[in-house]
Amino acid sequence: MVTFTLNGTELEVKEGTTLLEVARDQGIEIPTLCYHEEMSTYGACRLCLVEVVRRDWPSIQPACLYPAREGIEVNTDTERVRKSRKILLELYLARSPESQVIIDLAKEYGIRDTRFKLKESERSECILCGLCVRACAEISKRHAISFAHRGSKRMIQTPFEELADTCVGCQACAFVCPTGVIKIDEAD
Amino acid sequence: MEQETITRVASIKEPSEVAAIREQCKAALERRKICFRVCAGTACIAGGSLEVYEELKKQIQQRGINVDVELLFEGGETEAGASTSGCHGFCQMGPLVRVEPQGTFYNKVKVENVPDIIAATLEEQGVVEDLLFENKDGSRATIEKEVPFYAGQKRIVLGGCGTINPEDIRNYFAVDGYKALAKCLTEMTPEDVVEEVKKSGLRGRGGGGFPTGRKWESALKAVGRPKYIICNADEGDPGAFMDRSLIEGNPQLVIEGMIISAYGVGAKYGVVYVRAEYPLAVTRLFKAIDQAREYGLLGENIMGTGFDFDIEVFQGAGAFVCGESSALRASIEGLPGEPTAKYDHATDKGLWEKPTVLNNVESFANIPIIINHGADCYASMGTEKSKGTKVFSLVGNIVNTGLIEVEMGTTLRKIIFEIGGGIPDDKPFKAVQTGGPSGGCLPADKLDMPVDFDQLTEAGSMMGSGGMIVMDEGACVVNVAKYFIEFCNDESCGKCISCRDGSAALLNILERICEGEGREEDLETMEDLCHAIDDASMCGLGTSLPNPVLSTLHYFRDEYLAHIKDKNCPAKVCKPLFTYEVITDNCKMCGLCFRNCPSDAVIWKKKEVAEIIQDKCVKCGICKEVCKFDAVE
Repeated sequence: MVTFTLNGTELEVKEGTTLLEVARDQGIEIPTLCYHEEMSTYGACRLCLVEVVRRDWPSIQPACLYPAREGIEVNTDTERVRKSRKILLELYLARSPESQVIIDLAKEYGIRDTRFKLKESERSECILCGLCVRACAEISKRHAISFAHRGSKRMIQTPFEELADTCVGCQACAFVCPTGVIKIDEAD
Repeated sequence: MEQETITRVASIKEPSEVAAIREQCKAALERRKICFRVCAGTACIAGGSLEVYEELKKQIQQRGINVDVELLFEGGETEAGASTSGCHGFCQMGPLVRVEPQGTFYNKVKVENVPDIIAATLEEQGVVEDLLFENKDGSRATIEKEVPFYAGQKRIVLGGCGTINPEDIRNYFAVDGYKALAKCLTEMTPEDVVEEVKKSGLRGRGGGGFPTGRKWESALKAVGRPKYIICNADEGDPGAFMDRSLIEGNPQLVIEGMIISAYGVGAKYGVVYVRAEYPLAVTRLFKAIDQAREYGLLGENIMGTGFDFDIEVFQGAGAFVCGESSALRASIEGLPGEPTAKYDHATDKGLWEKPTVLNNVESFANIPIIINHGADCYASMGTEKSKGTKVFSLVGNIVNTGLIEVEMGTTLRKIIFEIGGGIPDDKPFKAVQTGGPSGGCLPADKLDMPVDFDQLTEAGSMMGSGGMIVMDEGACVVNVAKYFIEFCNDESCGKCISCRDGSAALLNILERICEGEGREEDLETMEDLCHAIDDASMCGLGTSLPNPVLSTLHYFRDEYLAHIKDKNCPAKVCKPLFTYEVITDNCKMCGLCFRNCPSDAVIWKKKEVAEIIQDKCVKCGICKEVCKFDAVE
């Protein structure tokens, strides 16, 4: 067991529990886009950032990955956290301006417009959270899709961009997709 | 490269034999009364040094002199020999040839100079004046130490680079090679080794600057088995070639450092993660490992002491992000080269979840030196918190491009103006980018800053692995920042939105500013975005990618404002933001600009002042360059 402080409350939790798990247990709201409790954590959406003070050293950490550790002080809603989160939401709006999920989430943080601009080729309703990849690998165990390329060219792809013969049409990928960008064609 | 088969002296059966081999190799090498040492670093090879080497060998042989190194171990004395070496450092003046033992230092040597060099050395006991380094005042320097480029340096780690043949382990034995390992195996416990490295104050040379001894101590205490040693040779910064040159020039030094590290922490396996784009380094590394195995320095029962350790080479496929420790490990494990969150120390759970020491090439190369000379001696060099020396690659607008090594705490001014020879054509210095793409741009008023880990960080830059890009007034800092952000956007693994889309958004703003469409609020927007990228990204690539923007915004804000408010690029780099005009009063009507313009944008007739048609002008700057009367601005 480890003891630490979360938003001023001292808590004792099992070692290895993530800050996100503890916070949700405590009813503390932390936004996420790439987290699903049935799957492994990945830490790509960065929205679950919280401020962690460890050995007098404050830093910003993703709550979904960061384990509760002895003696740390965690705050889920500081000025620095809010500022970073807002800018991330501006980036999400620049990436997926049409996505209702993103528009709604941004609105919750008072963001209606973005100062950032991405090229046409860099915009997509796919936010590369990787939930579909993990669902396919961990739940359906088909490994039919994966990340391809890097940087702004990164995308979700089947092996060699061909129809994946391991896909059984289980639709788990579409089910977990937070922005609903994965469409299922019943005919195939 | 010459394919030599190593005459096996004997596999080393106990540490005390190292001294005997050293004497034997020294004596063998000294049997060549004169040696022509040709630089076979990448830059000199590109300049034709191997042709020079072949010609030297051929012509010496034609004189009936035996140049075959192999026979030296058996035969008698010979008058002269030729040998290649790793990088001498002074890449700007290559190909380089040094005549030993006199030390005569020839630069810019061509094949046709070979007869002169041989005649001067073997017949006249003189030198070829024209091939010696020429000082600014026209005088000549005969040996390296007299050349300002070398005089200001402290070449300790690079000591063997350029003086020994990197493809023959016997050359390394002759310069105290494996003496440190023999000492560790006989006189020191693993704890002593770790303590000695701790005492030396050595900090990781890969950029982070974490104390090496402390890292080793954690690995020594770690309970997991087996333990691994990884040497990070995935150098990928634009303009950086320190690790490459070290491996190319003295691979055994790095290997010895790794073996000592393995002994210190109790590791059995080692991996060198090296870029496949460094073919010469890879070749020499394989050769060096093979030779070390032949001598019983790698493998089972090293030097007969019962200590086992072996090294494998893993070739990286060229992703910059794989230089990051967790991505590097993933890459070795066969996973995509993506960083993962690090809440466990690699010294507890590293490669394959086992205790792992990951150090950079230069860090390992420092180890034998620390053991041979003692931690106290090592710690006497450098500044309070940065000990020893640091290797830098000097590139950009600098007279002496090359590889240098200086004591920590040496000022930027000394590095750039004394060793580096200053800026070509005596143009004003503008900035120096240290620490690679994620480092920062430092202006002229930081020139007197002593260079060490903490001072650079405080100034908004970083040590990085040691690339130094010097810029003169012709560089536009906005354009420079744009270049580095473009690099990081391309090399980002794409996992975190902050790094992937954050760098793309940053690039978009910088492109707009360079196109003349910048807005005043852009500066604040960029600062906001930079801080969020730093806070929100998972690995070092993301957290430090804003540095070039933040440092230029801090030190060169006026230049950004000139682009945005005045629609002017003071350095004349951003094409939409400047024009070339003929200064009527200066124009002597010679027509040079007219004849050289590639886009027919100059109107000129005899006895008439030239005129530039802006619509046709492609702003290449040739008219300004060719004008002898400063009539184009």
